[in-house]
Amino acid sequence: MSDTKPALRLENIVKAFPGVRALDGVSFEVIPGEVHALMGENGAGKSTLMKVLGGIYQPNEGTIYIEEQETVMHSPLQAKGKGVVFIHQELSLADELSVAENIFLGELPRKSFGRVDWDALYKETDAILGKLNVGFNAKTRVGDLSIANQQMVEIARALTVDAKAVIFDEPTASLTDAEKVVLFDVIEDLQKQGVGIIYISHRMEEIFKISDRISVLRDGQYRGTLLTKDTNEDEVTKLMIGRSLDLTRNVEAPELGEVALEVRGLTCGNLYKDVSFKVHRGEVVGFYGLVGAGRTEIAETIFGLRDADAGSIFLEGQEVKINSPVEAIRHGISLVPEDRKGQGLVLGMNCRDNMTLLQVDDLTAGPFVSDGAEIAIYDQYRDRLDIRSPSWRQTVGNLSGGNQQKIVIGKWLSMKPNVLIVDEPTRGIDVGSKSEIHNLIRELAKQGYAVIVISSEMPEVLHVSDRIVAMYHGQVMREFTAEEVTEDSLVQAISGIVSDKVA
Amino acid sequence: MAELTKKSIGGLLARQGILVAFVLFMIGFAIANERFLAVDNVFGVIRSSAILGVMALGVTFVVIGGNLDLSVGSMMSFSTIVVLDLHDKIGPTMAIPAMFAMTLCLGAFIGFLVGYLKLNSLIVTLGMLSAIHGLTLTYSGGKNMDIADKEGTWFSVFGQGSVAGIPVPIVMFVVLAIILSIILTRTPFGRKVYAVGGNGTAATFSGIPRARVVFMTYMISAFCVATAGLIQASRSLGSQNTVGQGMELEVLAAVILGGASLLGGSGTVFKTVIGVLILGFIQNGLLLVGLEFYVQYVVTWVIIILAVWLDIAAKRGRLLSPIA
Amino acid sequence: MNSETRANLIKQGAIWAFIVVELIFFSVAGEFLSLSEKAFMDFDNMLLLLKQSAPIGIIALGMTIIMVNGNIDLSVGATFALSAIVLLDSMTWPIFAGLGDGVIFVGWALALMTGVILGAVNGFIVWKTGVDAFIVTLGSMLGFRGLVFMYNGEQPTSHLNWTLVDFAEAQFLGLHTATWFLAAVVVVLWFVMNKTVHGRNAYAIGNNREAAVNAGIRVGPHFLINFMLIGFLAALSAVVFYSESGSVNPNDGMLYELWAITAVVLGGTKLTGGYGSIISTLGGVIAIQLLRKGLGHIGADTETVNLVIGLILIAVLFLDRQLNAKGKEELKT
Repeated sequence: MSDTKPALRLENIVKAFPGVRALDGVSFEVIPGEVHALMGENGAGKSTLMKVLGGIYQPNEGTIYIEEQETVMHSPLQAKGKGVVFIHQELSLADELSVAENIFLGELPRKSFGRVDWDALYKETDAILGKLNVGFNAKTRVGDLSIANQQMVEIARALTVDAKAVIFDEPTASLTDAEKVVLFDVIEDLQKQGVGIIYISHRMEEIFKISDRISVLRDGQYRGTLLTKDTNEDEVTKLMIGRSLDLTRNVEAPELGEVALEVRGLTCGNLYKDVSFKVHRGEVVGFYGLVGAGRTEIAETIFGLRDADAGSIFLEGQEVKINSPVEAIRHGISLVPEDRKGQGLVLGMNCRDNMTLLQVDDLTAGPFVSDGAEIAIYDQYRDRLDIRSPSWRQTVGNLSGGNQQKIVIGKWLSMKPNVLIVDEPTRGIDVGSKSEIHNLIRELAKQGYAVIVISSEMPEVLHVSDRIVAMYHGQVMREFTAEEVTEDSLVQAISGIVSDKVA
Repeated sequence: MAELTKKSIGGLLARQGILVAFVLFMIGFAIANERFLAVDNVFGVIRSSAILGVMALGVTFVVIGGNLDLSVGSMMSFSTIVVLDLHDKIGPTMAIPAMFAMTLCLGAFIGFLVGYLKLNSLIVTLGMLSAIHGLTLTYSGGKNMDIADKEGTWFSVFGQGSVAGIPVPIVMFVVLAIILSIILTRTPFGRKVYAVGGNGTAATFSGIPRARVVFMTYMISAFCVATAGLIQASRSLGSQNTVGQGMELEVLAAVILGGASLLGGSGTVFKTVIGVLILGFIQNGLLLVGLEFYVQYVVTWVIIILAVWLDIAAKRGRLLSPIA
Repeated sequence: MNSETRANLIKQGAIWAFIVVELIFFSVAGEFLSLSEKAFMDFDNMLLLLKQSAPIGIIALGMTIIMVNGNIDLSVGATFALSAIVLLDSMTWPIFAGLGDGVIFVGWALALMTGVILGAVNGFIVWKTGVDAFIVTLGSMLGFRGLVFMYNGEQPTSHLNWTLVDFAEAQFLGLHTATWFLAAVVVVLWFVMNKTVHGRNAYAIGNNREAAVNAGIRVGPHFLINFMLIGFLAALSAVVFYSESGSVNPNDGMLYELWAITAVVLGGTKLTGGYGSIISTLGGVIAIQLLRKGLGHIGADTETVNLVIGLILIAVLFLDRQLNAKGKEELKT
């Protein structure tokens, strides 16, 4: 394989932003017909590298070669014209337009008077969709398609040009298992046609399943390339984080207190059905399942953001009706939400104001907010959670992901909750903060909090939980204790064991 | 280090650019015409800006909360007409609270639609602009409203009186600005307004009753409008139905000039006051150097675009927009 | 019609259903309340209605493209007034004195050019500065109005050209000249929005601007063209209206932007961009005009029109949100 000419090669790419060298001399290549995985923690520079490749950023130094021809790309369109195509993580489709119009976005075939040549458009689209073997047609409105099918539209876009390299950025993030199979088939087809594939993902098992080589970035620097068949997950992890992350199984036996939260037969439309579980004081219950399994929606219901159709919620043995976050907070329930920037923080506000937002009504002297009381709370949780910020006046949007997450956690701890729900506690934050947050969660349980952790990362769930609730398609498949759980049984449980019919 | 200093100067300009522009303007006009900074002239400008200014104070709350209010102009016409009409019918002592109550009802209606029903504020207040205009015309039967006994009423004190040599409209504007500034910066409610405007979803997740906060911003706006209507009515003791027409956009211009983002979550009462004064002094300065009143429209246009442009240029770090 | 779903068809039909309801209501109510002997759905009355819809209608149709783009234009009223002044004033300029009635074409051309230039100013600022179109056009609404006043102070600008008046008052195949202009604009814009690359790109940009940029659609020039287009249409509206009336006050056209936006929103165009239709906007324009005439017909004060239209606008917004509500799927935020 190594004697083939690379489809795409990067040499010593440097990209600097004010104050950061996001890419520091990165070299990387992909050979026609191979799947080359690119790995690295968030913030390692993967997305910057891909933006350089996709023509969105221009590198400060270094060279890009396409089939060994030195190339400069000034825009995504130019990159596409040269055969480098990007399948975005966040879909970049126009919902109101048809599949065909989306596939040929920016390049609609023209007739005289600037008219769209619909016949040519549909003909070409049908030809491309034929190759992908999908269940929708060229005239379907994109907004009416499922996420997986929308992704197929993105992939179809890649096929409109003579693609030399196709970049997939976390393509399976919101796909079901059956949909993943279809995606991997498409990737294999592309491979056979001699297209070089760059595949970015956090999911080790996928990477080991489909890739030929794995390259690793850390802190904007290239850390090496491994042949997939000669390596293992540990080696890749070490390259990625510079050390092994301590994600051993949790072996501590919890000191169970009383039942703090109990849910019986909770049902909400198609989102989840007949969900029941208990959480005691002093334990961490992990909710594990794929995206869309209904975990977040249950949390949102308990927090008063959704109405359940049926079922009941008990706090300390008392049935409660919770209709809004205000009521949830009054009952001592707290939720560290999944989307930190969208739901957790007011990014334009400073650290202190974000942290005290919950209790601003109580931190008063007369009718006014008491500066002193607020700063006292901020200082207390800054020290306890080791938040690194130059001052409380710092705008939260300027902090790193890890420190932002600690501000959110601090906000909720400061109200001294009975039940703490943490949704994807370490998504998008660096390794150091990750293990700090894991330790903190264990620590809180020991102090007698009832904690629910929702996570899509199996090592994380195994590391922090005393009990694990496995969910599949809105249903609780099984509950495991920390002793009995095995990775295999967990994977089976969240896949519904009997695999769903192929779409 | 050099870069750092340059950056902090740029940062200061970006943050306080409008203040810098204001000072430069004042110096420029003061050189061009010595009467410009005379006490009576300055008082005159602030006094004539007071009506616009009082309305802008309320709209500042609405805009920081992440919404728009295009209805303040016709609402002000309504307040003015109502208080003048009631003055002769039930006497000024009763007319003023009655007018405030009616205006606050309108504010509550808008607040309900935008806050609790979560309808788009641009369209709601656009609709209310039209609806309140119709309401005013229906109320007055389309006729101008005049107080019968213009000499014998104490009602004129709000528009024409003075306290310790300072005209009452200025006193009302300043006092209201101070009170509202304190509410916005020092109270829990003010903090919530910023949170709701900055990120409404996060505010909800933090247990802030978003609907109630938005509702209250419109109530504050309506209160300010009623105050402006009171000053207007008292100053002229008679009015057309269209006295406030077009003011909604001038008010918005003042608030934007003060640097509040239309996306919500930023802005202060102080900056809005600066925005109002800039508009007032430009108008006055241009008149003093002998230009017609409408030249200010063109100058205001240029200033608004420049102010907002420089503000976002500083944020994105380049002058021209990156869109191709 | 290629990408429409049934839900979209219902939404597009709603405005026409509303018009039918209005017609029935005013016809029936008119029988009992109207002082005039004429029926509401009198043919001449309807023709007149179309003619009266034209000035706002032409602007609203242009506003549809702007709003599909995700922008807004608050300066159309001032553009309308300034174009009107140029139209009437240029016909009196001595240099064109020898042209006879040919001066009409010169006047039209200059007026339309004025509109295009003013639109281009807006579009260029939006493109190059990246300032939101709402703020840019809020500013130019004041600025253009200032130019209107600077042209002739607070005096009205008047000039009547009888050839022009005859043309404007003419009826061809029963329809007034203004109606023909309205119809032509509807046809052309419908064609642009549905059949041309430019129109389809307008939807793409409003729908997902980043995707459009990444796909290589040049968003800046696209905006520029659309602002020039609405400037042209505001001027065309002035040409249609003032050819007949012959006198412009410097305050003319005030609040036209709000009427135009009202019509567009009644027609179901999304404020956030990406969705909207020319035909539905026409429906919105007719619905408003019907309401005006209808309320007059049943003897309500003309003042109530503002009240009713304002409330209907809010009601439409409310209904639209209820129709689109996702029920349990939606978070209660």
